[in-house]
Amino acid sequence: MSTLASTAAECRPVMQPVPAVIRSVTKETHDTFTLTVAPPQGDPVTAFEPGQFSMLYVFGVGELPISISGDPAVRDTLTYTIRSVGQVTYQLVTRRPGECIGVRGPFGTSWPLKEARGKSVLIVAGGIGLAPLRPAIYSILRHRGDYNRLVILYGSRSPRDLLYRKEFEAWGLLPDTQALATVDYGGVSWRGHVGVVTTLFRLVRMQPQDTVAMICGPEIMMRYAARELEARGLPPSQIYLSMERNMKCGAGFCGHCQLGPYFVCKHGPVFAYREVKPYLDLYEL
Amino acid sequence: MAPTEIRQVLASHPFLEGLPEKYIEMLSKLAFEVSFDQDEVIFREGDPSSLFYLILSGKVALEMAAPGRQIIIQTLDAGDELGWSSLLENTSKQFRARCLEPVRALAFDGARVAALCEEDHEFGYHIMRRALELVAERLRATRFQVLDVYSPKGARGR
Repeated sequence: MSTLASTAAECRPVMQPVPAVIRSVTKETHDTFTLTVAPPQGDPVTAFEPGQFSMLYVFGVGELPISISGDPAVRDTLTYTIRSVGQVTYQLVTRRPGECIGVRGPFGTSWPLKEARGKSVLIVAGGIGLAPLRPAIYSILRHRGDYNRLVILYGSRSPRDLLYRKEFEAWGLLPDTQALATVDYGGVSWRGHVGVVTTLFRLVRMQPQDTVAMICGPEIMMRYAARELEARGLPPSQIYLSMERNMKCGAGFCGHCQLGPYFVCKHGPVFAYREVKPYLDLYEL
Repeated sequence: MAPTEIRQVLASHPFLEGLPEKYIEMLSKLAFEVSFDQDEVIFREGDPSSLFYLILSGKVALEMAAPGRQIIIQTLDAGDELGWSSLLENTSKQFRARCLEPVRALAFDGARVAALCEEDHEFGYHIMRRALELVAERLRATRFQVLDVYSPKGARGR
């Protein structure tokens, strides 16, 4: 009994949403929005590491895991980029500034920015997977001297689905930085690349042994991308993925997000490729 | 482009990487330099396949007419090959190829290269192996593309 009671007490803080006020809602694409939220009294937000996520709660509707997409150095607000695909996400993106939501977290593991110091960094994003990688990009740019080349590859369904377009173009103009976007289907007015994100690998200028890759996007894209990078000489120990499963508690209690021996919310979402590789090919795991 | 320069360019092109020098020499005698302006159409859907190109600079869009619109299904850049179907007999172009940027390329008469492959099977093996690798890579990419992995249905919630 005492064990159960202490477990319940330990659970309470992480299971309790903290109220947060919506500061802004920005339309990124036809179905994707960026929200900034802040504590109601103007307190600093809880610090987070790039790659971590929060549980966002719309009172009376439901709760979802959403990756933090803002700059970790900004301490007065937290930023989330959300695609409206269901009831809770719709309710989140249609909140107005001043309205309140619940926030739990931040939870989970982060991108290996310390391990990547002294090396080149290859960011591979697919669709809304650019959002969880954006804090890592901000962090690398803030400590630019700690890293060699920075390459950002971004695949999306069509030009109208590309996130953070102006910011992305600006990244591509920075020294020692390559930022390439590609779409699966382009209209005739599109002047950029067309093809899956892995077709951009041949245009990348970096040494595989000296590179750390961080991949986030639909799981099938990450699987193909990781395999292709391995075939191009990148050691599997230098490839990291951000996984997604049906996360509920966010803190490794409930088991909803189990992936083999891991709980994605606690042991992930960022994993070394070698850790999750055996589970990526298993049907419906 | 001078013959020596053509040989150098061919030897360093990714499509021909590792090809024995004597075959680079053979190909260099068939190659001729071409250039296209931005928005110029290199070939149209239904055209007979006659030339294939090794792109040296610029960007080409492969486009297909879909009901009510024209869509770009792939782009090719420097280091890519365009028009591999000209190595086969009695084929026609499946796409329209339009330059998104000014393009420089080395062109070859596909029928003459195919005839050389028939005459010298070792040369033919090298060329067909490269063509097969290219087609396999594009098939992989197309399969991936038709999965429509970024569609909202399969979206990451976070």
